[in-house]
Amino acid sequence: MNERIAQAFALLADYLAWHVVLSASALVLGVLISLPLAVAASRSPRLRWPVLAFAGLIQTIPSLALLALFYPVLLGLSAASQAVLGKGFSALGFPPSLLALTLYSMLPILRTATTGILGVDPAVREAADGVGMTPRQRLFQVELPLAMPVIMAGVRTAAVWTIGAATLSTPVGQTSLGNYIFAGLQTENWVFVLFGCAASAALAMVVDQLLGLIETGAARRRRGLVVAGAALLALGALAAMSPLAAFGKPASYVVGAKNFSEQYILAELMAERLEAAGARVSRKEDLGSAVAYRALAAGELDVYVDYSGTLWTNVLKRQDNPGRPAVLAELTTELKKRDGVVVLGSLGFENAYAFAMRADRARALGITSLADLARQAPRLTLGSDLEFLSRPEWKAVDAAYDFHFKAERSFQPTFMYRALSGGEADVISAFSSDGRIAADKLVVLSDPKGALPPYDAVILVSPKRAGDARLLDALQPLVGSISVEAMRAANYNVDRDRGKLSPAQAARALEPSK
Amino acid sequence: MAAIELSNIEKRFGGHAALAGVDLTIGAGEFVALVGPSGSGKTTLLKTINGLSEPDAGEVRIAGEDTADQPGHLLRRRIGYVFQEIGLFPHLTVAENIGVTPRLLGWDKARISGRVDELLDLVALPQEVAGRGSSELSGGQRQRVGVARALAAEPKIMLMDEPFGALDPLTRDALGGDYRALHDKLGLTTVMVTHDMAEAVLLADRIVVLAGGRILADGAPAELLASTTDPEVRALLEAPRRQAERLRQRLGGAA
Repeated sequence: MNERIAQAFALLADYLAWHVVLSASALVLGVLISLPLAVAASRSPRLRWPVLAFAGLIQTIPSLALLALFYPVLLGLSAASQAVLGKGFSALGFPPSLLALTLYSMLPILRTATTGILGVDPAVREAADGVGMTPRQRLFQVELPLAMPVIMAGVRTAAVWTIGAATLSTPVGQTSLGNYIFAGLQTENWVFVLFGCAASAALAMVVDQLLGLIETGAARRRRGLVVAGAALLALGALAAMSPLAAFGKPASYVVGAKNFSEQYILAELMAERLEAAGARVSRKEDLGSAVAYRALAAGELDVYVDYSGTLWTNVLKRQDNPGRPAVLAELTTELKKRDGVVVLGSLGFENAYAFAMRADRARALGITSLADLARQAPRLTLGSDLEFLSRPEWKAVDAAYDFHFKAERSFQPTFMYRALSGGEADVISAFSSDGRIAADKLVVLSDPKGALPPYDAVILVSPKRAGDARLLDALQPLVGSISVEAMRAANYNVDRDRGKLSPAQAARALEPSK
Repeated sequence: MAAIELSNIEKRFGGHAALAGVDLTIGAGEFVALVGPSGSGKTTLLKTINGLSEPDAGEVRIAGEDTADQPGHLLRRRIGYVFQEIGLFPHLTVAENIGVTPRLLGWDKARISGRVDELLDLVALPQEVAGRGSSELSGGQRQRVGVARALAAEPKIMLMDEPFGALDPLTRDALGGDYRALHDKLGLTTVMVTHDMAEAVLLADRIVVLAGGRILADGAPAELLASTTDPEVRALLEAPRRQAERLRQRLGGAA
């Protein structure tokens, strides 16, 4: 327990720094955009309705979806900019997070600033005109100072929302306090989840109190309070961001990982080998499946591990299954030709989609294959991970066996195994390298029609690193070095409830030299 | 030269004509009361003089200059403006409120603070209110600050829109008298909108009666009463006297 808290603290400086940079920039940008917009809206009733309705609409989009939506938008913009200006930009990480959070921060500021300005006593406004102020002088000397306490209340709300929502920027590749929460959720490290929540909540409370000081100062017309609050905020933000100045130099390699334990472990394994070769490495974890490949092809990631079947069906859009070696060989030539992506080689094990059942239940129902399963399906509930049911693999299997389950339910991978042992699901779409298959005494159903493609774990290298000898030399020894048993053991060390290891610790057992 | 010349002013709000062809010339040093029923256009006419209301047609000349040739805010810095709601800036002190127009005109600090002291004396306010917020003042004190603010940049013209309408009768009487004295002392030209005929008769040299956006009568109070044939104007002008007689009857002749 203490060790896990120590691990969490070791990551705090980096995570907090990025969290502060991200939420502070989003909030500043939000204020800079919202205030002029609010002034315009307060002047023109015709503008007021659409502006407030638009901001309200943004607020109804779940924040995670808003963050996710900006990735393809920015990818398109980056491609356009590449075509027109000859220079693209990263569509992953900071830019989509900043844009989404900025939009998210706007509603409370827009609303309060508009009502604040409209709420200024008409007599005071008439007096401002009467003494000879220009409209601009009236705005800056009378309306904004009088609306300031109300506006500050909106800024406070926006700050608390932004700091909370910034934890959701982890899946689009932006480091934040959300890294604790997402990684903790995947590896059932509840200490991490709690730590992330507590850190983000504490940050939000401190910022809220300091903004409250400014609000009180503005309401009581006490300049000292306003200055003190602003100075403390600025100092705090600078102090929190200071670790970034040290990390400031961009890492030479970016190692990616999708959002489950095996990916964290393999990313750590590769990162540590690169670091051992003297390289600076940063990690982008918790990426969605499709996001990871596109980011690699675009050069935003340098290397990550994917699975041959995933690439076969999702990238090459193939439905056939010519067998494990043929799939691997064809992927190697096709990905190179199509995107310039290098398939360095298979790590030596498969992590296939595998339908798994509790051994006792399978025996009772007499199910050993997917064909048996199809016959019994109308009485059974299928549990799957969040993406399986929308993946082409599922469509292929469903087409081959024609399943009609009583119900189909999606879970986080962690909770999917829980659902199986708890009886909420009768059969799950498991992963063949998962340590929990052996530990939970599950049986994997055979696939007599060969509908599921092979899933060799392969190291993918981005086009721009295709000729990078340091990277290739550091990772080449991993090819063919990991057995499925070794991977299952490593996964189980991270996933189990007691005596958990961190992904980095589990990765050490996979080092080819050991 | 006339201080204020309005010729053929027209103003419509939607389908309603607030001013329908008003001609009015006011000489320097005059104290003019604009009277008339609600909706007669008196406030609109007053605001036309300092550009707070822009006429649809017609010409406004201040000291001979056409106001269409200059930005409204520059015009308003040269004309004092006092209105019933006062509109003191709640985030500024009394001194800052009084000094606002000089500050807009770029006066230096010493000159502004000297002027503020002078104005507090002029409107009979104690110097110690200078640092207070407007919420700490009584209604009468607030309107004294309002008058001081309007006078701060040494305007020649004062426009007043029912300036004492919201005050209690004693304060109102005192402030009215004090202002009339200031008008004479500083050689101002004053145009005051009021619905109180007694106030108009007591303070003004000349009464302009408006109805339906037109001037119905115009002249010195006594001369107006003697010459008018319009029953409406007569009724309006006789109202204070009728009121005074009724008061005397009810109080048993003691007044």
